[in-house]
Amino acid sequence: MTDMLPTLWFILIAVLWTGYLFLEGFDLGVGMLMKLFARTDRERRVLLNTVGPVWDGNEVWLVTAVGATLAAFPLWYASLLSTLYLPFVFVLLALIFRAVAFEYRGKMNSERWRGHWDRAIFLGSFTSAAGIGAALALTTTGLPLNENGDRVGGPFAWLTFDALLGAAAVVLFCLAHALAFLVLKTDGPIRERARRLLVRLLPFALVPLLFWAAKIYVAGGTVWTGLALLLAVAAAAASWFAERSSRDGWGFLWLGVALASSLACIFGSVYPVVLPSTISEAFNLTVVNASSSPYTLGLMSIVAALGVPLVLAYQGWTYWVFRKRVTEQSIPDAHSVIPL
Amino acid sequence: MEALEIARWQFGITTVYHFLMVPLTIGLGLLVAVMQTLWFRTGQEHYLRMTKFWGKLFLINFIMGVATGLVQEFQFGLAWSEYSRFVGDVFGAPLAMEALLAFFVESTFLGLWIFGWQRLPRILHLGSLWAAVLASVFSAYFIIVANSWMQHPVGVELVDGRARMVDAWAVFTNNTALVAFTHTVFGALAVAGGFLLGIAWYHLWKRRRDGLDTVDDDGAVIIGGASTRSRGVIDHRVWLRSARIGAVVALVSFAGTAVSGDLQAKLMFEQQPMKMAAAEAACHDGTGFSVLSVGNLGSQDCDDIVAVFEVPGLLSFLANGDFTTEVKGVNTLLPEYQEKYGKTLPDDPIYGERAGMTIDYLPVMEVTYWGFRIMIGFGGLAAFAALVALWILRKGTVPESRWLMRLAVFGILAPFGANSAGWIFTEMGRQPFVVAPNPDPSGIDGVFMFTAAAVSPGVSLAELVFSLIALTLVYAVLLVVEVKLLVIYVRGGVASAMPELAEKHDDDGGPHGKDDDDVLAFAY
Ligand code: HDD
Ligand code: HEM
Ligand code: HEM
Repeated sequence: MTDMLPTLWFILIAVLWTGYLFLEGFDLGVGMLMKLFARTDRERRVLLNTVGPVWDGNEVWLVTAVGATLAAFPLWYASLLSTLYLPFVFVLLALIFRAVAFEYRGKMNSERWRGHWDRAIFLGSFTSAAGIGAALALTTTGLPLNENGDRVGGPFAWLTFDALLGAAAVVLFCLAHALAFLVLKTDGPIRERARRLLVRLLPFALVPLLFWAAKIYVAGGTVWTGLALLLAVAAAAASWFAERSSRDGWGFLWLGVALASSLACIFGSVYPVVLPSTISEAFNLTVVNASSSPYTLGLMSIVAALGVPLVLAYQGWTYWVFRKRVTEQSIPDAHSVIPL
Repeated sequence: MEALEIARWQFGITTVYHFLMVPLTIGLGLLVAVMQTLWFRTGQEHYLRMTKFWGKLFLINFIMGVATGLVQEFQFGLAWSEYSRFVGDVFGAPLAMEALLAFFVESTFLGLWIFGWQRLPRILHLGSLWAAVLASVFSAYFIIVANSWMQHPVGVELVDGRARMVDAWAVFTNNTALVAFTHTVFGALAVAGGFLLGIAWYHLWKRRRDGLDTVDDDGAVIIGGASTRSRGVIDHRVWLRSARIGAVVALVSFAGTAVSGDLQAKLMFEQQPMKMAAAEAACHDGTGFSVLSVGNLGSQDCDDIVAVFEVPGLLSFLANGDFTTEVKGVNTLLPEYQEKYGKTLPDDPIYGERAGMTIDYLPVMEVTYWGFRIMIGFGGLAAFAALVALWILRKGTVPESRWLMRLAVFGILAPFGANSAGWIFTEMGRQPFVVAPNPDPSGIDGVFMFTAAAVSPGVSLAELVFSLIALTLVYAVLLVVEVKLLVIYVRGGVASAMPELAEKHDDDGGPHGKDDDDVLAFAY
């Protein structure tokens, strides 16, 4: 039983990343669409308010994925973050600006003020999606690590084709996911425009993600990860058909399935390695040599068994509370704060 | 310059910055939840206004806590990878639990609270705020468990050169953590108390200056009305009630920090004797507490330090609860440390070029000495001010004096200063260790780590310098923005959080603009 714990935690961390990309995926995408899609200030506010109550909760999936990696695989955490030092610094700066922008954008009634924060939301969402995508791709394709797990080759040693592939995969997925989300969460002209754009985007949007999954599968896949890959391709196609025939709920769901099964294929195919070294296979970090003690993993398993279902329950409830569609008519007029 | 130095500056700056937002989030959150509860129970309008106004300021601050907290979660891996490898097994657990059990609740339920006005049943709406606020207190507990383990490692064994958890109960009930948690929560409440008092004072003053409120011959307030709903009688009640709550909270929480701080000091004399000796600039063994010492504090042998004003016996009281037991000074402790933990850094690759360097066991004494005094001094000053304020407020308003108002607003900063000083003292006093050794004879052997060993070996100086500059600049800009927003919202009074109050007439039915129930009560 205790030898299963590292594997269990590897699965759990993969699930946390999937949950993160599924949930924050659409609010990162909505952030990018603030510039790419919305045309007027009122449309921007519609977009913002579709994710308003939930984006912070979504972001905690990232905090939890990272925290859980430190608790369960300290060596993975240490090597991944220190090796990708610059990308993560940019991701953090991006997330800082994005978070502050969500909250502060409406706090003053001025074009210039809103303009700055809109740029912050756009750039923040894009940079964090790209950076996290690059990091996830690299932890599955490898980084130049020495025997101690430290980077060899300077601050940009990570900048490879795989990094760009991962960045593109996550950015494009987020955009598609956000459009599918807007189709579900808004009404009126904005919804129709979102659907039209999504139908045009979908044939390309998942290509990098599927390509990344296929690449990992070819390198070390098994029968079941092959099935996951097939499912991902099928789900991507299904979501296109669903959106085209205006079955919005199904379109969104299939997109989620495409993400989850791509990631299942990716993480499943690299297992038991958590971070390959491109210098020597002997330096690979694996679920065995990078993990915490069985005692810690056991303790954390109990906590996760109690905590994760709870999180799913109350976050699900939140989505239900705010299930109503947001339209231009739902947005109150902006008001200025007047000094007494 | 060395990577290690930069990494330390970066950690210090980002954490101290995070901790500017944190105490206000914790303290003000609790107070807003109490206000909304009072509104829920009594239905009185002024409690609703208080909830909305203070809640708005709370949110403006909260988001900065979130944004800067994110950096914290990554930092241990970014610049301190050796540290993460060494302690991950025990240190990661409270961090992951904090995220899973506290941050999720905090962020989700706060979203429900912000957007849930009129959408949730009132009791659930109130419950959401309490859930979020209690979760932030809970998060403080978890992170302080992690931090206290660095101050006083327990519940672990050394296996293959890494700390390995063997007793979670010991880790989560670490006596260091329990008192530090209490102390920190009181410190947070002190911040919130001062914040309420200072801002409410400003508004009471402004009402007087604008001629709304006047005083009679005894100095008791005569409350005036105004043309807008926002500055009527209820408005006066909002500020008076806020000022009084703030002052009482400030007083009680100072008492709380004093009692818990005393317990901490007693533990510290056992667990990190050098830190307390350095906080006292106590070179020689003795019983006296130096209120003021002069001399070359930073010097190594500490021979040229002269106590200017010493209270005999007080040091023993702080350490042991009596007035006679001698407390070991730096000169006695240094050889003890050198004997136990070595005179030079071992010849281990983990130290890189630093291997073989002499270990300086004395923390920077100016920092520990003044950090300790600033913490207590600023805290005490704020409490004294709160006492005076309560006395003045008994007449129902504040004097028209402009400089007194400035002082009150400025006084908001003192508890922030006390909190930063407390952390800087705690963290820098722990040097040269990042994980201080547990000196208890029955404690664990070998689980300690020099800061010199903790930094990421693969990260270059250039990267660290870049991130230090980038983060510091961004933080500076955002601090300006936050303070600017806070000032604007404070100036706007309650109406900045309840725009409907700014309408000239309140008898023409409801707010203007869109009026169907599809409109969001709150929207970004
Ligand atoms: C005594 C309290 C305390 C201390 C010492 C720290 N924090 Fe903190 N932190 C909080 C109390 C807090 C909080 C009050 O719970 C915050 C502030 C705003 C918020 O959302 O929660 C928070 C936010 C916050 C967040 C954002 C959560 C979110 O997205 O909602 C993270 C990731 C961290 N913190 C992590 C850390 C780490 C790794 C620390 C150690 C170096 C740390 N904090 C010190
Ligand atoms: C509670 C969680 C905390 C943890 C786990 C923690 C951990 C650490 C670590 C790993 C370092 C770097 C190593 C070192 O230089 O000592 C450090 C340094 C430091 N921390 Fe903390 N810290 C915490 C809270 C805080 C807070 C809230 C503050 C201040 C507001 C703070 C202030 C500092 C400072 C000033 C340093 C630099 C000390 C020096 O390098 O001399 N810490 N801490
Ligand atoms: C008589 C009053 C006080 C005493 C005796 C006292 C004592 C102490 C001691 C001994 C420490 C160091 C503990 C360690 O190294 O782990 C400490 C830390 C700290 N103090 Fe105080 N303190 C007092 C007042 C205050 C006040 C008024 C505030 C804030 C408003 C404050 C905020 C802090 C903070 C934030 C820390 C660091 C976190 C911690 O270790 O709890 N203290 N205090």
